[in-house]
Amino acid sequence: MTDATLENSPYAFVRKETLPQETAPLSVAGPVAWIRANLFSGPVNSILTLLCIYIVVTTVPEMVRFYFIDAVWSGTNRDACLADKIGRPVGACWAYIGDRFQYFIYGSYPVPQRWRVNIVFAMFALGVVWLLWERAPLKKVGFFFFFVLLPIGAYVLLLGGPNAEGFLRWLIGLTLVLMVVYLVLSFVPALARFWIGPAFLAVEEALPPWKRFYRPKRLILMSLVVFGLIAILADQVGLPRVDTGLWGGMTVTFLIAAVGIVFSLPLGVILALGRRSKLPIIQLLSVIFIEFVRGVPLITVLFMANTMLPLFVPQEYSPDRLLRPLVGVALFAAAYMAEVIRGGLQAMPKGQYEGAMSLGLGYWQMMRLIILPQALRIVIPGIVNTFIGLFKDTTLVTIVGIFDFLRTIEATLVDPTWATPTTRATGYAFAAMFYFLCCWGMSRYSISVEKRMAAGQKR
Amino acid sequence: MKRLLVAALALAAFLPGIEHAQAQTSSLATVKNRGELICGVSPGLAGFGIPDAQGNWVGLDVDLCRAIAAEIFNDAGKVKFVPLSSKDRFTALQSGEVDLLSRTSTWTMARDTALGLSFSTVNYYDGQAFLVQKKLGVQSALKLDGASICLQQGTTTELNVADFFRANKIKYEVVAFDKGDEAIKAFESGRCDALTDDSSALYALRLKLTAPEDAVVLPEIISKEPLGPVVRSSDMQWINLVKWTHFAMLNAEEFGITKANVDEMLKSTNPEIRRLLGVEGKFGEAVGLSNDWAYRIVKLVGNYGEAFERNVGAGSMLKIARGKNALWTNGGLQYAPPVR
Repeated sequence: MTDATLENSPYAFVRKETLPQETAPLSVAGPVAWIRANLFSGPVNSILTLLCIYIVVTTVPEMVRFYFIDAVWSGTNRDACLADKIGRPVGACWAYIGDRFQYFIYGSYPVPQRWRVNIVFAMFALGVVWLLWERAPLKKVGFFFFFVLLPIGAYVLLLGGPNAEGFLRWLIGLTLVLMVVYLVLSFVPALARFWIGPAFLAVEEALPPWKRFYRPKRLILMSLVVFGLIAILADQVGLPRVDTGLWGGMTVTFLIAAVGIVFSLPLGVILALGRRSKLPIIQLLSVIFIEFVRGVPLITVLFMANTMLPLFVPQEYSPDRLLRPLVGVALFAAAYMAEVIRGGLQAMPKGQYEGAMSLGLGYWQMMRLIILPQALRIVIPGIVNTFIGLFKDTTLVTIVGIFDFLRTIEATLVDPTWATPTTRATGYAFAAMFYFLCCWGMSRYSISVEKRMAAGQKR
Repeated sequence: MKRLLVAALALAAFLPGIEHAQAQTSSLATVKNRGELICGVSPGLAGFGIPDAQGNWVGLDVDLCRAIAAEIFNDAGKVKFVPLSSKDRFTALQSGEVDLLSRTSTWTMARDTALGLSFSTVNYYDGQAFLVQKKLGVQSALKLDGASICLQQGTTTELNVADFFRANKIKYEVVAFDKGDEAIKAFESGRCDALTDDSSALYALRLKLTAPEDAVVLPEIISKEPLGPVVRSSDMQWINLVKWTHFAMLNAEEFGITKANVDEMLKSTNPEIRRLLGVEGKFGEAVGLSNDWAYRIVKLVGNYGEAFERNVGAGSMLKIARGKNALWTNGGLQYAPPVR
């Protein structure tokens, strides 16, 4: 007797091979199922879907027609965008944007000097790429470039004139002095013991002379290169003073946003730490500042800065008209930032503080190495939220007579050269695109940072 | 809290002192030391003060500032323009942030007397008018019985319209909007029969219509809006200088002196021209300038007629007729005292 196997089985209906795989039935896979599951899964969703389709169908073709098909793309004045002049219906007047594009970027910055703004934009782009691109080399040098060299360079380049050039000369002198100091230190490292801990000094002493103090020397070299290039430019082409009243357009929008973002974060950290501090005076001052600034609208701050301040201060000592809102916006954003960061600090479990203290870390070491890196990570969405809000709030400076990007658009809207029925819709659509791209970019970047930072938390 | 109050009061007590200190320094000396004139202008009003495609300020009010820079520095470019909204314009002038305000400000008694400021002269006689569609067949504002009228709310235009219609016993209906642009849209869509605003603004708004030629500005001017430069009333010399800048431009037009022929005019035998251009007499010194001050204005900026045509008149897109702003010799209101 043989064993009963599948081969010698007496029942012919037992299948010997596996069936080929079938595609899933239409009701659970494929587009129909997807539509059913995602768009029509219930009566409420079905109604919402139909409503959305209706809205899309009624608005999108009309918008495409207005902004693309019927749009006018080239021309030199309003005649190009008048329906009865060109004999067809006219949609968006992009020719107007093209004609005034330079003005939207530079404002009233003198035409022969606009290359200076371009250089600053290029430096800014370089700094942003350096910092944001994960695999870029020399991140720390990049930080130094973005937060120290870029602001100084932008100040000298954009403003120009004897004061800025004197400042530049002084900076170059300072850099040279520092270079000499570090060259001397390379050979006599013992001199550095006044400000470097013995452990670090031992590390430096172990290195050959030219490798000693490599990091500071690298930063000094880079400052020297950047300042030197600007000085050569100033010497060869000249940097006549361009008054801040002439600055405008995207330049000013980016400037205000950048100053606000760059200053509000460190200030916010300090204020947040101050508010949680155990020292009563520091805590009181922080609380007063934060609550006071959050208690008034930004418009009030700007009005105080540009309308009231000149009444209190003699004319000669009155700060620059652009500097005032810059300071106002930065302080305003700092107060909000402080509260966001305080949220992160409060989310830290007590064990983190105790653990750090039990390792023998002091207050600043504990904050810098243990608490803040974790706390800041938690509040990235909040920080970016504040940044985006700040970026959009920059438009408020228009009410104190500063020509930011939005104001330059509004100024051209009243210009009869381009007074047509569709100019307004075009100008504001352009502004919407600009602000959307900037804010959306920031938001996407924050998501990628969150993902990267959270990599260690994933199980 | 109490201490804060005391501190605030103490500060307030010092303020008049600061104001007083400002009154001591001469504006002209300040401007000369600074090397440029700071001029408060409109933040964007077609024909009067607006940045062009390169960002240079142009306009009738802007040209007055350039003329002052021309007579002081012999360089019409030495002006810094500070765009001021209607809210903060007078504060900026009072605080000394700007040397003068050339920003379509209506000369009213309250402003002239109560703010510590002085209106010196009128460089544009404006007034509120009506814009109607041609097909309505209305030739006069008095025929607007039962009309609906679009206007910008919260301005004096609303009050002027009410006064006008009540005085003439005509029925009307107001359709108020927040912005001039919205008002013109409503006017175009037929929401209202007439649109009212200052006549200079109406010409600019009219250009936003699909067919500007089909709309017409009615001849009636229902309010007086004399627009002119404003200065602090503390400095008489500066008031005179601003006033006479405008008068020099007017006189130049009256004598036919233009940007193009001003050099030939120096050789003129007409004593009035010789006095104006500084060939005879020492009239410039009286306002703290060199004697060829008026020559500089005409040479670098032009006479009033040229500035008018270039910015708001036939040479511009606004195409506003001279009307009340014609010289007195042509039946207008622009009249300059003689230089003698």
